[in-house]
Amino acid sequence: MVSQIKPNLSIKIGNLDLKNPVMVASGTFGYAEEFKDFMDLKKLGAIVTKTITLKGRHGNLPPRTCETPAGMLNSIGLENPGMDKFIQEKLPFLKKLAIPIIVSIAAEESPDEFVTLIKQLDKLAEVSAIELNISCPNLQKDKLISQDAGDTFKLVSAVRQLTQKCLITKLSPNVNSIVDIASAAQNAGSNAVALINTLGGMSIDVNKRVPKLGSWVGGLSGPAIRPVAVKMVWETYNKIKIPIIGMGGIMDIESALEFFIAGATAISIGTANFINPRVSLEIICGLKQYMVDNNIQNLSNLIGRLKACKE
Amino acid sequence: MKTVQTKAKIISNKKIKENYWHLEFESAIIAKNALPGQFVNIRVGHGFVPLLRRPISIYAVKGVKVKLFYQAVGTGTQSLSQRKSGELLDLIGPLGNGFDYRQAVKAKDARSILIAGGMGVAPLFFLAEKIKTSQPLVLIGAKTQKQILCMQEFKKLGCTVKLATDDGSLGFKGKVTDLLKLVLGQTKGLGLFSCGPRPMLKRVSEISCENKIPAQLSLEEHLACGTGACLGCVVATKSGYKRVCKDGPVFSSKELTW
Ligand SMILES: Cc1cc2nc3c(=O)[nH]c(=O)nc-3n(C[C@H](O)[C@H](O)[C@H](O)COP(=O)(O)OP(=O)(O)OC[C@H]3O[C@@H](n4cnc5c(N)ncnc54)[C@H](O)[C@@H]3O)c2cc1C
Ligand SMILES: Cc1cc2nc3c(=O)[nH]c(=O)nc-3n(C[C@H](O)[C@H](O)[C@H](O)COP(=O)(O)O)c2cc1C
Ligand code: FES
Repeated sequence: MVSQIKPNLSIKIGNLDLKNPVMVASGTFGYAEEFKDFMDLKKLGAIVTKTITLKGRHGNLPPRTCETPAGMLNSIGLENPGMDKFIQEKLPFLKKLAIPIIVSIAAEESPDEFVTLIKQLDKLAEVSAIELNISCPNLQKDKLISQDAGDTFKLVSAVRQLTQKCLITKLSPNVNSIVDIASAAQNAGSNAVALINTLGGMSIDVNKRVPKLGSWVGGLSGPAIRPVAVKMVWETYNKIKIPIIGMGGIMDIESALEFFIAGATAISIGTANFINPRVSLEIICGLKQYMVDNNIQNLSNLIGRLKACKE
Repeated sequence: MKTVQTKAKIISNKKIKENYWHLEFESAIIAKNALPGQFVNIRVGHGFVPLLRRPISIYAVKGVKVKLFYQAVGTGTQSLSQRKSGELLDLIGPLGNGFDYRQAVKAKDARSILIAGGMGVAPLFFLAEKIKTSQPLVLIGAKTQKQILCMQEFKKLGCTVKLATDDGSLGFKGKVTDLLKLVLGQTKGLGLFSCGPRPMLKRVSEISCENKIPAQLSLEEHLACGTGACLGCVVATKSGYKRVCKDGPVFSSKELTW
C-alpha cells in the first residue's frame, strides 16, 4: 500500500505564523466583508486590507478601471475611509475571523504619516502584521519611495523601531533593479517583501482620442504582468534572505506554483478575486494536491526549487 | 438578500433581432432573491478570455428561471451570445441595489412613469412586471423605429406605452425626455424610474427636479469586481463617490451630482 503524505502548508514570515501561504492582495478584496457570501474567509492564510492612509481619501476621478489584453488597468487612487474610521468600522469584522490580518498603509504627503499610522496599529492585538505600501502608482507622485533604494532604507529603518509586529514592504516593478530595493528593505529590518504592485500603464480610446482612465494613467494587473512578476521573484530570491510574498497575475493553481518554485514563501491573489471570488481556496486545495502528487511534505521543499533546464 | 456565485444551466440563448439576445438560465436562488434593477455578473467566455465578468440586468423571472436581455456590442457580449443551451454559466448574483417601488405599487390617482432609452428597457421591464397592477406609464426612446425595444412586452403587462424616436419614424419625434415633459403636462406623475444613456438620465433628473417628482435612475459604469470591493465603478454623489455595483446601480436623482 502506498502511504499518502499529509502536506504541511504552514509558513512563517517574521514572527507571523500562517496556516497556509495563500493571502489576498491589498485593494482587491476590500475589507473582506465584500466576499463573505462567496467563501469561508477563515480558510485564507491571511487577509491584506485595502491600503489605509491617515486621513480618508476620495480617490481619483472616474472612470477608474479598464480592461486590457489579459489584464486590467486601475487608477483607484487609494480611496479609503482613513485610519480612525477603518479601526472603528472595518476592523471589528476582520477581527472576528480570527485569522492573520495584515493592514496595508501608505503616506499621502510626508513619510512621517507612516510613523503615526504604525503607532496606532502597534497597539491593536488584532493586527498581525503591517504592509508598507510604498509602491502605489496612483498618487500622482513623480517618484515613489520604492523607486529609490536609499529612500526605501530610510523609511523602513525609521518605522522598524516603532513596532515588534511583522513588517512587510510592498515593492513596485517600475524600477531598474528590484534586487537593490528588496535588499534595502531587508537591510533596514523588513521581515518580508511583497512583490509586485501594479506596472504603470495607459490605454486610449481612439475614437474619442481620450485616455480611458479618468486620471490618464494607472496600474496594470492580471495575467499580463505574471511573467514580469515571476522573474522579479526569482531574481530577488537569489539575492535576499527574508521571505518573499509573490503576486502578479496569479489566476489558478498552476500560476500559483510558478511563484513558489521561483522562490515565493507565500502568494497573494489580486485581480483573480474579481473573476472568481473563491480562487484562493481553490489554490489552497490545488497546492495540497500538488504536494501529495509530488511527495512534498513541507512547503519549504518547494519554495525556490527551480531546476536548471538540462537537469 | 443573498448573493451567490453559481453555475447555472442555460435554458436558451436566442437572437431576437439584429444583435439583441434573450438568455434564460435556471437558478432557484437567484430567481427567488432577484429584485428589479439588480444584475448578474457573468463569466461570459471560457477560461480567462475575456478576463473580467460582464454585468447584465435581470429582465424577467419566472419560477426558477431568470431571463436576461442583452445587446451583443463587443467581445464580451459576443462571447455570451455564443453560449449554448445546456451549458453551465458561471454567474454571481443578484447584485446591487435595485429600484425601491414600494410607493409605486400603492398608486391610485397618480402613475409611475418608466423612461427607457435603448437597452435601458431591460431592468425597467422587470420593474413593470412587479408594479403592473398600478398601470405604469412606459416611455421608450430610441434613435429610430428599429431600435425601439420591448414595446409589445410592456403592452402585454397592461402598461400604457408611448414611444419617441429622434427621426420621428415611430411615435413622438424627438427625445424621450421631451416626451416626458409633454406627458407630465397631462398626467400626474407619482415617481420616475429610468435607465438609459447618461445624458438622458441627466435630463430626467432635471425634469424630476422641475416637477418635484422623485426619480430613481439606474446607472452604468465599467465594473471590475462587481461586488463592491475594488472601488472601481464609482459615481459622484452629494455624499462623495459611491459604487455603481453595490450602492447602485439605482440611485435617487437627488443624490447624484452631474
Ligand atoms: C449594472 C449594469 C447592468 C447592465 N445591464 C445590461 C443589460 O441588461 N443588457 C445589456 O445589453 N447591457 C447591459 N449592461 C451593459 C453591459 O454590461 C455592457 O454592454 C457589456 O459589459 C459590454 O461588454 P463587451 O465586452 O461586449 O463590450 P466592450 O466594449 O468590448 O467591453 C470592454 C469593457 O468595457 C466594459 N463596458 C463596455 N460597455 C459597458 C457598459 N455600457 N456598461 C458597463 N461596462 C461596459 C465591459 O464590461 C468591458 O470590461 C449593463 C451594465 C451595467 C453596469
Ligand atoms: C483595483 C485594484 C486596487 C488595488 N489597490 C491596491 C492598494 O490599495 N494597495 C496596494 O498595495 N496594492 C493595490 N493593488 C495592487 C494589488 O495588490 C497587486 O499588487 C497587483 O494587482 C498585482 O497582482 P494581480 O495581478 O494578482 O492583481 C490594487 C490592484 C487592483 C487591481
Ligand atoms: S466594480 Fe468593484 S466596487 Fe464596483
